[in-house]
Amino acid sequence: MAIARPAEIPVARARPLWRLDGFPLIPALILATTAFVAIFANVLAPHDPEVGTLGARFKPPFWQAGGSTEYLLGTDHLGRDVLSRLLFGARVSMVVGFTAVIIAGAVGTTLGIISGYIGRWVDQVIMRVTDTWLALPALTFAIFLAAVIGPSMWNIVAILSVVYWTRYARVIRGEVLTLKEREFVRLGIVAGCSKWTIMKRHILPNVINTAIVLGTLQLGVVIITEASLSFLGVGVPPPQPAWGLMLADGKKGLMAGYWWLTVLPGFCIMFMVLSANLLGDWLRVKLDPQLRQL
Amino acid sequence: MKRYIGRRLAYSLLSLFLLSVTIFLFVRVTGDPAVLLVEPGASKADLDAVREQFGLDRPLIVQYGAFMSSLLRGDFGQSFYYRTPVFELYLSRLPNSLMLALAAMAFSLLIGIPSGILAAVRVNTWWDSLGKVFALLGLSLPAFWVGLVMILVFSVYLGWLPSSGSGTVLHLLMPAFSLGWVFAAAHMRLTRSSMLEVLGSEYVKLARLKGLPEALVIGKHAFKNALIPVLTLAGINLVIMVNVAVVVETVFAWPGIGRLLYEGIAFRDFPVVQATVLLGGSMIVVVNLLVDILYAVIDPRIRLER
Repeated sequence: MAIARPAEIPVARARPLWRLDGFPLIPALILATTAFVAIFANVLAPHDPEVGTLGARFKPPFWQAGGSTEYLLGTDHLGRDVLSRLLFGARVSMVVGFTAVIIAGAVGTTLGIISGYIGRWVDQVIMRVTDTWLALPALTFAIFLAAVIGPSMWNIVAILSVVYWTRYARVIRGEVLTLKEREFVRLGIVAGCSKWTIMKRHILPNVINTAIVLGTLQLGVVIITEASLSFLGVGVPPPQPAWGLMLADGKKGLMAGYWWLTVLPGFCIMFMVLSANLLGDWLRVKLDPQLRQL
Repeated sequence: MKRYIGRRLAYSLLSLFLLSVTIFLFVRVTGDPAVLLVEPGASKADLDAVREQFGLDRPLIVQYGAFMSSLLRGDFGQSFYYRTPVFELYLSRLPNSLMLALAAMAFSLLIGIPSGILAAVRVNTWWDSLGKVFALLGLSLPAFWVGLVMILVFSVYLGWLPSSGSGTVLHLLMPAFSLGWVFAAAHMRLTRSSMLEVLGSEYVKLARLKGLPEALVIGKHAFKNALIPVLTLAGINLVIMVNVAVVVETVFAWPGIGRLLYEGIAFRDFPVVQATVLLGGSMIVVVNLLVDILYAVIDPRIRLER
């Protein structure tokens, strides 16, 4: 938030979006790499992520004594290759993270627009539910839902969408409330557009930026929640390689000092979440000048 | 004033009602509730007994009435694993959770407030940037991973601190730090922005014009006023800490509510899970109400708002 010196303030020139000043290159590269790895995990992974060699349990990474280049980043308590599991874990995090964010964003944005534009009792119903669900601690709510519908990767996506749509609904509704007083919306009404047309053609394009920014910032939160659920045993079910699950398994070797089982998956989560947050912050400034002061 | 409090109270009651409806419906709609309400490995006859007991064939409204009337009597059901009423279990774990939350809060304020003030006083210097990096790390590092790495360093390699359990102050240090860590970032951000706002206000300018030394301006005039929103947030966060500690408590085997929730999942003890969610949500609704009322008492402008 640099305070602009007088010389910098003046003209609000329309900058083309492709002139990416201050673009967070490293975070974008990390996310792109993660996406690449997630897509091609089956080609890149040197071993089967779900099947281990019991003779090769708790092997350290290759640079430590006892490690070998056979297992570059070591093996876990079942002799499974950590590198392969990390690569496939990227796939789980990416798929869960992105689908949950997109579904929650779509549902939340739609309900937020309807709530803000239609108003009256529809608004009351949607907003009271939103308020109530926002009061539930996200992780506890997610654990409850997981206990009710049972764990599987797609159930986790559904659970995270149910838990996180409220964040979008609240913010988008607020924006719609000011948008609907604007000239172009009133002219639309005068011109005889139906409510649905106005919401779709005139309101939606004006709130979509906010939704995208929120979504990017939520990606990190969603990934951490997924990891927490998997860590607790109500997320992605066991043989599958998810980072949170690897951390839970890593606990088995923690007291023996097998650091790679704990440190490496954590680093993956951290880099991905950090990247999403940095990208989100940049997008927020880029797409929504009004939020710059926040 | 009375009208304002009345309306806030009504909203909170509505929230509590919707909360119970949500929990009730999710259990009933997403499958066979009898499977959840009966102990794992129960026989067909047991299932039928539970269906009978909870009247699962009756209309939803009637079922909800029964569900609510038992909740209001403080009856959250019987734990399958501990064989005691869930509510008693919850109360017996609550002190531990509060202790952890208080310690975590102390950590987060000790880190968050000074660094927030530093970032505001030295705004746009590298102190400020350092603060931003710190805030970002707070958002991006999962609390439980911080805990696991601390176990690795302080328990396994250095052998200074116990890795799990409770009882002494030493047991409290690591869980409190890893739980407080995330909140420290939030407290830092709010201290910074609140401090910046106060530093730009008229009375701080006046204090400076009077020629007060900068340390006094910041320490006496700015700091105290900037602290109000931070402490409010801290109050709300204390309750949130009690309810989100599940992963940290699991990592350190800390016997609080979070650990109870984890046991609830691990032993398929559904009444425990259900009670933890209901009570956690209710606690937050009540705290939000209290904060709103407190603010209305302090600040008359809020009362007049529609």
